[in-house]
Order: sequence, then C-alpha cells, then structure tokens
Amino acid sequence: MYHIISIRDLERKDLDYLLDRAREFETGNCRSCRLEDKLAALLFFEPSTRTRMSFATAMARLGGRSISVDSVEASSIVKGETLADTIRVVSGYADAIVLRHPKEGAARLASEFATVPVINAGDGAGQHPSQTLLDLYTIRQSMPVDGIDVGLLGDLRYGRTAHSLALALSLYGVTLHTIAPGGLEMPANITLELRERGMEVIEHENVEEVIRDLDVLYVTRIQRERFPDSASFYNVASSYRITPDLLSGVRDNLMILHPLPRAGEIDPAVDNTPYARYFEQAKNGVPVRMALLHEVMK
Amino acid sequence: MTKKDPSGGLIISPIKNGTVIDHITAGEALNVLRILGITGSTRECLSIATNVRSKRMGRKDVVKIENRELRTEEVDRIALIAPQAKINIIRDFRVVEKKGVEIPEIIRGVVRCPNPGCITNTNEPVASAFEVLPKGLHCLYCDWLLKDDIAEHII
Repeated sequence: MYHIISIRDLERKDLDYLLDRAREFETGNCRSCRLEDKLAALLFFEPSTRTRMSFATAMARLGGRSISVDSVEASSIVKGETLADTIRVVSGYADAIVLRHPKEGAARLASEFATVPVINAGDGAGQHPSQTLLDLYTIRQSMPVDGIDVGLLGDLRYGRTAHSLALALSLYGVTLHTIAPGGLEMPANITLELRERGMEVIEHENVEEVIRDLDVLYVTRIQRERFPDSASFYNVASSYRITPDLLSGVRDNLMILHPLPRAGEIDPAVDNTPYARYFEQAKNGVPVRMALLHEVMK
Repeated sequence: MTKKDPSGGLIISPIKNGTVIDHITAGEALNVLRILGITGSTRECLSIATNVRSKRMGRKDVVKIENRELRTEEVDRIALIAPQAKINIIRDFRVVEKKGVEIPEIIRGVVRCPNPGCITNTNEPVASAFEVLPKGLHCLYCDWLLKDDIAEHII
C-alpha cells in the first residue's frame, strides 16, 4: 500500500515521477490509466473548495467515483467518534481515503488505521503534499526547478503549504528567500532542517528588497483565525500587498503563485500581468491529483 | 552498614533490595523521581544525593530506591534526561545487575507532544511517538521538534 502523507516521506525521484505522471494525465497520454471500478472517500473535516473539488474532479476524470464528508458537523465526530474509528469504517467502503483535518498528524494517524491508501489533503498547520506537488508542477511548466530563486511571502509560521513547498524545493538546489511579517517567520526548526539539507535560506524583512531577484514569488494568506483581535490582524495583513507597481523591474520569467484563497495580498490588477499564474496553479490540481489517486489505487 | 570517612565526603547507606541510579546528570535527580512517579505521597524509602563530586562527570546526582526494581520502560524514560545514568539492581545488598541507560531510536508513549494541535493530544487511541535525533525529539505525527525542557513533557 502506498500512502501520501508528508513531503518528508518522498525523495526527489518520487516527486519527479509523480510530476511526469501528472503531465501524462494533462496531455491525455495515459488513456488506459483508468479507475473505473474504484471509489475514493473524501473526508474533509475543514473547509476547502479547491482541494476537495479538484480531488472529486480528478476521480471523475479517471472514470471513478467519490463519496464525501464535507464537515465535522455532518459526521459522527460530533457524536464523539474518534478519527481512528471513522477511518476504520470508511476503509470498508472505499478504495482510498483523502483526508483534510484540522489536527496536525491526522493523516499519519489515519494511515495507521486504514486498510486502504490515505492521501493527506492538509492537516492543520502541518503538511499539504498534494498542494506542493501542484506548486512544483506549475513551476516546472515554465522553467526547470533546479537552482532557481524562490521567495516565500506571508504567514510562514502556520502556513502548511509554505512548509511543504520549502522542504520539497530543498531537493532541487533552490535558493529560498523567506519574507514574513514579525511573528509569522518560518519556524526555526524548519529553517534549520532546510539548511541541514544544504539549502541556502535568506531571510528578508520586506518583499521590495528581493522581488527583482526572484524567479518565483509564492504568496500566502495571513490567517485571520490566528490573531487575538481584528486590529492586530489588519496591522499584519496590510504589511504586504503585491501590486503592478511593485512588479516594475522584475525578471521577465517571474511567476507569482498563491495557494488561494487570497484575501487582499494580491491586487486583482496583477491578474492581468504575465506574472500571475495562480489560477493556472489551481487548475493544475486536477492532473496532479489524478496522478496521485491513480498511483495509490492502480 | 558501611560508611565512608566523613572527611572524605559522601556518607550514604547501602540498600538491601532495590535500585541505585548513579551518574544522573547533576540537578536532574528530582526529575528522575518525577518520571518514576515518586512523590511526597508515595511510600518508597529514598536516598537522594545531588551535586556530588564525580571524577567522570564533575558533578552528578545519585538516587537509591529501596524495594523497587526499575522496569525497562522506566529506564528508557530516565535516559532522556540523564543519558549517562547507570542502573544497579540490588538484592540482598549485592549488585545483581548493572546496566547503562539506552536511548531508543523511537520512544512511544513517554513524552507528550508540546504542540496543542497535534493529533496525539486528542482522544485518539494512539500513543505519542518521537524519533530521537541529536538536535531533539521529533514528533512522528506533527513534526514538532522538542529541544528543551524534555523533563517537563514526560508523561
């Protein structure tokens, strides 16, 4: 059985293989790769639009079907059932489980109780490996990932997508530039781990000082729910905003990514520039998740 | 009963049956007792020496517990805060077993993850699990790295 739980579990050859497979699905070169007799259970105990819908779309495009739980309130968890029991029960219904859960480590726990493969679709502030794969996939559509300069901007403390992506990029000789408001910097243990992996990590105070040196700018949302009051949230949230003016003099190939949803970090006027790639990025969720689903259920 | 000359330093009685934990990192003796669940309300007969001179360690702590032989899982817990500790099992005043503590590669159910968002801090039927690394304890569920105050988190 093959679970997809954390980017830490994957080597570069695994990532490259999955990205190659996603490319085959996108270009229609894998017509025989079907999951017509398979059923995926989408257990989403946290809000999600893109991740949930792209997994459902991916399953449908593979000819398979999906069943879903869309909230804690709609599940037996409100009756006191443990996640472990839910996973054991759903293992009897489906051929794979896709799990989104507010607690970190939930997908790892699920993999211990499941009798079918588990794909982590985001666990708390922890890991989000399928998002990382589609981030890498989007970069690779335009440039080789090796040796580029990537800036991570925003909530790097709680942002699971930033953690997963940074770890994955460490396998590609990327120079990482971290840019975060005070108090939301990348956790020291992750920065240490990245450096131990040989990655050059450069910390910046503001995006203006580095944006002209970047090939990729990965913008994340400040999560309002982390702040004690709305005033302190707005102080931090307004500390950065990508506008067309900010983009003068950037590298021609600069790609702006965002795992979405955005909440004011990117001026909508940026959408019409050649740098904006976040909607393509979201669209890439389908072939990438087709590759993942097919890999664990084939 | 044997005694050393008071002018030479330590006076401490041998025990008839039980465990002597020697070479505890100086200052950790009380944490060792906490790990073993020994409090003011338990009934063990104890001898505790702290910050005594040690040729090998400079300073060390020593704990003697009468009528109790430590189990392997208890020894593993002590290893987390006193990696140089030596365990001597005493029967009828004689050392019948002498062993060092060994830090396992993975420790389960011994340390509580400090991350309140970790799934192991819920009512799920799993024990905490940490990989022991030179830089600290790495939670195998949420990836939290526990570097300091390990004794505070021992269950």
